[in-house]
Formats: sequence, structure tokens, C-alpha cells
Amino acid sequence: MTNFLPGRSRQCSTTGLPVCLDAAFFIKANAVFAVVALLVGGIGAILLGLTRWSAVHLLNDVMYYRILTLHGVNMLLFWILFFEVAVLYFACTSPLNSRIFSKKVAWVSVIMMFAGAVLTNIMILQGKGDVLMTSYPPLMAHPFFYLGIILVAVGVLVALYNFFATIYIAKRDKTYEGSMPLVTFGALAAAIIAVFTILHGALALIPTFTWSMGWTPEPDAGWYRLVWWALGHPAQQVNLCAMVAIWYFLASVTTGAKPINETVSRGAFLLYILFINLASAHHLMVDPGLSASWKIWNTSYAMYLAVLASLVHGFTVPSSIEVAQRLKGYKKGVFNWLVKSPWKDPGFSSVVLSALIFGFLGGITGVTIGTEQINIIAHNTLRIPGHFHVTVVGGTTLAFMGLTYYVVPLIFQREFYLKGLARIQPFIFGGGIVIMSIGMSLAGSYGVPRRHYDVEFAGALLPAGFDSAAHFMLGILGIGSIIAFIGLMIFILLTVASVFFGKSLKTAKWEGWQSEAAMAKNREIYFKRDEEYEKATHNVSGTLTLVFILLAAFVVYYFANWKALTDVWFVR
Amino acid sequence: MSMHPPPKDWFQPPAGPERLWIGVGMIWCIVLFIAMPYAHFMGKQNSTGESYRVDKAAFQDRVTQQVATNKVGEMNGIPIIEPSPGGDVYLQARMWSWYPILKLKKDQEYRVHISSTDLQHGFSLQPMNMNFQVLPGYDHVLTLTPTSAGEFAIICNEFCGIGHHLMTGRIIVE
Repeated sequence: MTNFLPGRSRQCSTTGLPVCLDAAFFIKANAVFAVVALLVGGIGAILLGLTRWSAVHLLNDVMYYRILTLHGVNMLLFWILFFEVAVLYFACTSPLNSRIFSKKVAWVSVIMMFAGAVLTNIMILQGKGDVLMTSYPPLMAHPFFYLGIILVAVGVLVALYNFFATIYIAKRDKTYEGSMPLVTFGALAAAIIAVFTILHGALALIPTFTWSMGWTPEPDAGWYRLVWWALGHPAQQVNLCAMVAIWYFLASVTTGAKPINETVSRGAFLLYILFINLASAHHLMVDPGLSASWKIWNTSYAMYLAVLASLVHGFTVPSSIEVAQRLKGYKKGVFNWLVKSPWKDPGFSSVVLSALIFGFLGGITGVTIGTEQINIIAHNTLRIPGHFHVTVVGGTTLAFMGLTYYVVPLIFQREFYLKGLARIQPFIFGGGIVIMSIGMSLAGSYGVPRRHYDVEFAGALLPAGFDSAAHFMLGILGIGSIIAFIGLMIFILLTVASVFFGKSLKTAKWEGWQSEAAMAKNREIYFKRDEEYEKATHNVSGTLTLVFILLAAFVVYYFANWKALTDVWFVR
Repeated sequence: MSMHPPPKDWFQPPAGPERLWIGVGMIWCIVLFIAMPYAHFMGKQNSTGESYRVDKAAFQDRVTQQVATNKVGEMNGIPIIEPSPGGDVYLQARMWSWYPILKLKKDQEYRVHISSTDLQHGFSLQPMNMNFQVLPGYDHVLTLTPTSAGEFAIICNEFCGIGHHLMTGRIIVE
């Protein structure tokens, strides 16, 4: 039974899912603001890439730090948060066959978020917020800088309330039977972590705001770092949950995949909720004021169960695709199913690239540099952005882009322009990010600092610098950032042009990224639950090969870093 | 079922390849954990976070006093101090320099106290590539043994205002 008001829903002809028209409006609104933030952050990104490329060194010092603040705030906060609210509104309505709880609440949320984002951006561009995204006290910005971020955070909290309330009314009205779908479950995990995250954000930023107003004393630097990073890092776990939920969603839509064992997939989401929330520890590994036992415990909770969760999703998502592909008849060898996958569907290629980049590069580097001792040779070097650009950009942002290739035709009901270009966009963007991140990570392993205008230290009282190999790596960073920027611009231009001027699909049927026969086959496989399916779930040799290659790479990289650590001076 | 409610009997223990991978993953995660306490007791490079509350002015006084007693020279106008091995050394981070220059002996242990008298800073020793956070109000003690000789640059890798990229220092090891 559904709870839609008369005339406020429609049936999607591609997925068969119902669409709540009120939710769709706010999905669109949030997605549009997300893409605007992405554009602002993206222009910042290319300027920064061309400045860190030491042979180009584009900006001057003042502009470098200002644009760095702009880039961080727009990408890591606004782009991600607006898009996530859109994802949440979708995940609590369509898969649950429910209407959204309240339009008014959604209006309050989006207005607060928009106002906050504009306010903070104005402060940054006016030069009143040159404190970088982390705004570590005693660095002080204009009070409105903090106020804008607080407004965005409260706006997200309001959206979360709407999300939880929608889940409640769907259950109350019995709009679905049994347990909630996996995608909604993943979004629920993201929402729960988001509540923790935003409360920590308030705890860090409200005293900073009152301090900047002159009402309260200066916040303690160490305390602020501890609490701020309980915003900063768990926010990435919100991204992670949202990204994995999108992996499951797009794998289903583009190949007909469904997880082999829902208990395993849901259990992994549960591990994220339970074991990630003090992940702020990863940023405080070489801080004063925290003991070794605190650092070791809070980075791992004795057994790294959040890492285990990612390892599990890294298996369940590809294995579900493998099973679906083998059922379509691609049974030869170990990887024939992968070769024959719908690579021309940008929704599919985004998911696969996102998972590969996140797992092989982001995950491995993150766990390694988040190790208490190894952090000594990584903290605040370019290895850190080298890591998080392959998680939150190559992973999360690429998955969000993949989803957008379905959101525009299915929610905005507009056809894409230049579909051929859209099909190669994930490869350009993902490839650029990989090249850039490798340049960053390798430059960082030479000690090149992050957030630093001039690694040649021109004009410093005591000269310093790096050898030519480090500058070569910074060149790779620059080239990668150009390629990624081209990929980003293709995405933004195609999306904006299609949303505002694309052919309307309100009456016409969408052609889809794959042939009609292929999409019909996907639906057939997706609903298949017979003996043949059961049998197919036993052969996932391709996925097993992939995950053991991942593990081997992980082990080698991890112990190579322990070896590198033994080369530095003794310290305790 | 990703987009639809799962079948009623979805609660099943993992089986086959999935169970194998979960088992292997769990073993690896435990290895990841054990490596840290193991290295804490057996390794030579640790970040124990030994630190004390310190008033900015009090720390400044210790630095000034140390320069007065242990100064052995100057480089570009910045005093070089040579503390006695095994003893306490005070290094001040400020906008935008590391003060003073330290002259240490190879393979001797020093208790290097680092604090900031203004903003947050990042102690980054190059080309050794050792990095520690420096906060105002915290006396961060690194029990440091230089194992190689030469002249090493200290740079700042925590943003500390517009002169951040000009903030350098020196450790000379003989």
C-alpha cells in the first residue's frame, strides 16, 4: 500500500520505481546547488593544481590560501552535503514506495543550507576567512564564516529529521513489506553517522563562532582538533555509506546485480555505524596531549572493524555484478564477465572505477598512513590529500557523477546531450584523479607539505627545498589535475545543459544508456531467484581474484611503509 | 535486492567465498592492529604524545634562557645553541620561524620540547621527513636521537598565516 497523495507521484518507466513528486522537487533543488558548489570548487581545484605544479606556480600566496579555503569548503562540505541530502530524499521515498514526510521541512532545510553556503563563500572571497577549511584556532575568521557553516550544518540536520520521519511514516503506513531495501538501509546508516558528525561540528564551531564574536575565551587548540575532526572524518564515513549505497543501486540498475547475502551487506553497514565515529583519531596521531594507547585504540578499536566493512563491500558489490553477468551467459574464464560488462553505460563505469580507485588507492593508503607510527612520515605531507582525493573524489564524487547520469533522465526527466562524451567522462575524470593523487602521494613521500604555497621557500631566512624528483612528482600532480578538470567540466556542462535545455522525457520514453534488450535482461536477472541463480552464486572466481590482488597490494604497501619508517631518526 | 525489500528469509549466515573473504579480512585487520602495540614496544620510532600544559610566556622564557646559556654561534642572524646530550632542548615555533637553530650530536638522545607561542604549526624535518604537530599551550616532548649527521631543514606543514611557506629552521647534527 502506498501513501502518496493523489497526483503527487508517478511511476518511473525505466526502473519501475514510484517517484514522489515532492521529493523529486527537493532532489532537483539540492542536486542543482550541489553542482554549483562543484563548479566553484572545481575552478578552485585547477588553480590550486597549477600552483602546486612548481614549474607553473600560477597564483600568488594570498590567493593560493584563499582559493584553498574556497576549494576545501565547497568540495568537502557543500558539494557533498547538498548531493547527500538529494540521495537521502530519494532513498527514503522511491525504494520505500512512500511520500516524503514534509515539504515545509524540506524548504527550511534547503533555504538554510543555501543561505549558509552563500554566506561562507562571500566571506572567503572577501578575504575574511583565510583560515582554510579546518579553521584551526587561534587562526580566526570573520564570525560569518563560521555562522555560514553552522547554518549549512543545521540545514542538513533538518533534512535528516525529514529523512527519519519519512522512514517512520513509510513503516507506519505499511508502504512496503518486510525489511527496508538495502539502498535505503545504507542511506539510513549514512544518516545516523551524519547526526553524530553534525553534532560534533556544532560542538567545535559554535564556541569558535562565539570566540570570534568576542563573547567567549579562545578555544583550546588541541580540544578543537579533537572535536573538529569528529566532524571532519566521520563526515567522510557519511560519504562512504552514501557511496556504497550508490554502488549497490547502480550495480542493480546497470547490470541487474543484487547482493548474494543481504545479511553480510547490511552487517557491513552496521559496522560502519558502530566503529567509525571516533575516526578523528587518524588526524591526531602525532599530536601532543594524547597518549600512545589512546591513539592506538581509537584508530583501530583493536580490530579495524570499519576497515573490515569496506573489505566486505569490496567483495559483495563486484561479486553481485559477476553473478549477474555470468547469468547472462558470460561464463568463460575468470574475467570474461567483466570484459563484457556495459562499459558504455557511464552509470556502470563510474561505479566500477569508483570502487577500484577507492579500494586499491584510497583504502590502502588511508589505513597505512592512519597507523600511529607510520603517520610520523605522512602527517601533513601531500600524502594526506593524495589519499583523500582517491577516496572522496575518485570514490565518492565519481559515484555521485554516475548516479547523476541516471538522476537527470529519471528525476529531472531530461535527455542528455552528447551521450558519447558522457560515456567517456568517468574515464577522463577518474584517470585524471588517479594521476594527480599518485603525484601527490609520491611528492608527499619526499616530505613535500600539503597546504603550502612555495616548496622552494623563496625569501626564507634559512633556505630549504626539495630535490628534483619531488618537483617531478608535483608536475605529475599538475598534469593529473588538468585531466581531471577537463573531466569535471565535461560533467558539469553536460549536466547543466541537459537539465535546463535537454529534450523533455515527460512524455517520450528514455532511450537509456544501454539497449532496450539489455535493460530488459537486467530487470529479468534482478528479479531472478531460482535454482540457476543459487548455483551461479557459488562461482565468483573473478571477484576472488580481484580481492586477493587487493590484499596482496595492501600487504606490500603496508609493510613497505613500516620499512621506510625505520630509516628515520629514533623518536618516542 | 538493492532497490526492493529483500525476501523474508534474508537473514542468512555468510557462506562459501564470502565467508572465506570475511575470515581472511578479519585476520588482516587483526594484524593491522597488532602491528601498532608491537611497534610501540619494539620499534624505535613512536609518537607517544608526551606533553605538558605550558603557558606561552613561560615557554618563551625557557627558550630565551636556553639561548643565553647555550649559544655557540649564529646563522643568518639566528642563534645556534648546543645543548648537552641527554638534556632538555627548547624549540619555539612562531610566525614565521623555528627558533633557535639546534646543534646536536649524532647518536645522542635529547628531550626536545616544542611549543608554539602563537598559532598551530607543523614540525617537519627535511629531508628526513619526520612530522609532528605543534600547538600553543602544549609542550610536546620528542625524545629524539639523530642517527645521521648533516644539516637538516625544519619546515612548517600546518597553515599559520600568509608567511607559512617562509617558516624554516635548522638542526645541525655532528
